[in-house]
Amino acid sequence: MRCMVIVKGNQYSEEGTLPSQEILEKMGKYNEELVKAGVMLAGEGLQPSSKGARVRFNQGKTTVIDGPFSETKELIAGFWLLQVKTMEEAIEWVKRAPFDGPLPDGQEVEIEIRQVFETEDFGDLLSPELKEQEARIREQAERNR
Amino acid sequence: MATDTHSAVEAVWRIESPRLVARLARLVREVGLAEELAQDAMVAALEQWPRSGIPDNPGAWLMAVAKHRAIDHIRREERRDKKYAELQRTLAAPEVSFDAAPEEDFGDDMLRLIFTACHPVVPTNGRVALTLRLLGGLSTEEIARAFLVPEPTIAQRIVRAKRTLADAKIPFEVPERSQLAERLSSVLEVIYLIFNEGYSATSGKDWVRPGLCEDALRFGRILAALAPDEPEVHGLGALMEIQASRLRARVGASGEPILLLDQDRARWDHLLIQRGLAALQRAEDLGSFRGPYTLQAAIAACHARAGTPGETDWQQISSLYDELSAVSPSPVVELNRAVARAMAFGPEAGLELVDALLSEPSLANYHLLPSVRGDLLAKVGRNQEARDEFERAASLTQNDREKELLLSRVRQLSA
Repeated sequence: MRCMVIVKGNQYSEEGTLPSQEILEKMGKYNEELVKAGVMLAGEGLQPSSKGARVRFNQGKTTVIDGPFSETKELIAGFWLLQVKTMEEAIEWVKRAPFDGPLPDGQEVEIEIRQVFETEDFGDLLSPELKEQEARIREQAERNR
Repeated sequence: MATDTHSAVEAVWRIESPRLVARLARLVREVGLAEELAQDAMVAALEQWPRSGIPDNPGAWLMAVAKHRAIDHIRREERRDKKYAELQRTLAAPEVSFDAAPEEDFGDDMLRLIFTACHPVVPTNGRVALTLRLLGGLSTEEIARAFLVPEPTIAQRIVRAKRTLADAKIPFEVPERSQLAERLSSVLEVIYLIFNEGYSATSGKDWVRPGLCEDALRFGRILAALAPDEPEVHGLGALMEIQASRLRARVGASGEPILLLDQDRARWDHLLIQRGLAALQRAEDLGSFRGPYTLQAAIAACHARAGTPGETDWQQISSLYDELSAVSPSPVVELNRAVARAMAFGPEAGLELVDALLSEPSLANYHLLPSVRGDLLAKVGRNQEARDEFERAASLTQNDREKELLLSRVRQLSA
């Protein structure tokens, strides 16, 4: 399964201030660990919202709104896409990330983890025939124990 | 709360166990013993962590426990064998500390573990099971379920594999330069075997199996990080990423397999395709000679780059198959080469190559040979012969859906 790890924005990510050398090094090492473990699919930092835009949809019309956007805490500053076996594994990996709160402005650091929809989650793709077939295979494997 | 911790401990195990076993194997010089010690540490964790919570550095905790067990074990064995006294001294040395170990040690230990688990002296089945256990941290039950084989069978394979390694006194080492190519090829073979077990299995039957593809992909990625200068490592990685990109498009709603040219390309995973193309680039950047995995990846990349079947660069695929048949010849490669040749240069060109395979003994009962020949014969209007070939193919295939497909072509040509 895959999980998206979402790092929310804060005053500093919006200012575009680069983190300290020490933190950059720690983050580099952490990313290396993820790659070495074969769990990293993708990982990127996002530029401040001043360089971004939004498209608003309303009754067939679209409006473009340029950044920056004010609700800093709701913004995404970066993400990882991880390949893991379980949610617990994703959690364990995120626990090892080099974040340390609270931020200088007192804000907490919270990293969100969300599961990506996989084919199996789309239940209707499993037709009755396939479900029955799957059940038979499992049953057979059980009997072979 | 207790079950939450249990899943969390399992997650820690999956992350830490390969490094733990690798490190221990270097210390005690035996993979079987290393694994037992690691398991002991896991049992201790399952007992204590629900009460005390998961420690901040779980890897260090497990290593400390495993080391204690190792010392206990060795003290018991000491009287029997002088080598154990030496080992005990090694383990008691203060510099042996998980935290203090330099990064390169981990990399080297993991490489040693991979090469040892995939040692050619162990039968293939055993290598596969041992790799899934040591590198993947999978339990015997998980491996058994993945291969639809009884649990005791897998347990036996693992026991035998460890015993074979011990009896042959296989050193826990990375092979020397002169052996590297052969030993690496054994590793790549194991990983690709695991991948294929998951990949072909998804054509219809068992939804448990994509997990095997994930395991193989992960092993491939681990290996690519450990051996970044080996082109075939990146070649295999590229091949697996691109093939895996099609997993969601390969199976229809009723479990029927969907051929590549009929797949809905919007359902291909483009992140995996990008990763695969990047890995292929790395393989090709490392040298002008392309090995079999890199070539197969290059072929897969041709399909991946085509937005629609009509955009496929068949000439390039055909030329890649020519290269593949020179580097890694086999009757099946020849057959694929014939198909590509036909797509690029017309059915007559393909027929030339297929006809040359008619006397090939290993393809005598392979249904795809008459199936391909029938298709090409039909394209040049030799309908009677085409019909005969499809009938023959239908009689050879084990798969009901495939049989029906072939018989329907017989009917079409009889109309």
